[in-house]
Amino acid sequence: MLSCKEVTRLLSEGQDRPLGLAEKMQLEMHLAICNGCKNFKSQMSFLREACKRYLADHAGEGK
Amino acid sequence: MTAPGQLLIDEAFLDDIRRDMIKFAHLQLRDAAQAEDAVQEALLAAVSNAKAFSGRSAMKTWVFAILKNKIVDLIRRQARTTNLSALSSEEESMEEAYESLFKANDHWSPETRPRDWGNPEEALREKRFWDVFDACLKHLPENTARVFMMREFLEFETNEVCQELSITTSNCNVILHRARNGLRRCLEKNWFSAGEQPC
Repeated sequence: MLSCKEVTRLLSEGQDRPLGLAEKMQLEMHLAICNGCKNFKSQMSFLREACKRYLADHAGEGK
Repeated sequence: MTAPGQLLIDEAFLDDIRRDMIKFAHLQLRDAAQAEDAVQEALLAAVSNAKAFSGRSAMKTWVFAILKNKIVDLIRRQARTTNLSALSSEEESMEEAYESLFKANDHWSPETRPRDWGNPEEALREKRFWDVFDACLKHLPENTARVFMMREFLEFETNEVCQELSITTSNCNVILHRARNGLRRCLEKNWFSAGEQPC
């Protein structure tokens, strides 16, 4: 079983490269039982979303 | 269709776009003079490259695309003279802060476990949230911020960021991970839990 620390690393890397099947399965197993990491995952998606919105509002993109 | 020359002599439009551009460039470059220069050059390039636009937002997108290129040029030049692999003291303390989130077995400490932010998308509509977001970005150590913003704001792929800055992929991944975690912690502390704290 992955540790929370390893899970946060994979969740960050998942924003930069497609994760492998084994990585995804290990992640899912961990996320099913760990609320802290589940929250971390939503927070990573939110950060990406916020950066996109920031660009749209400040740099005139996506309008 | 509006010619760019016409839009760029519209004082109000120019002030508006210039302010946004300086803010954007300053955030990336962390140097007021360099930011001013990059914006100036981008605006000049915009004026001299006459092109027709269907409206202000198309014009703004185009001017920002030029600005992004100027920023990338400056970052490339700087990358040749700075060693990004060396950790600054700020980055070291960020590293310590990260390590301190976990117990000896690498699982979350109860008090630092990431919280449920509810519907964070609602925050995106609030002006005060963006002030906090800005402050959190500025709070990141310089090199960490640079890597993060190249990835998220200049929209480079991770391998391009590594190449441009001459750092290894694993180093790049670590820096991005620490940046995201730092931002997450900063937002959690200053926005998403602000209502819960007794004052």
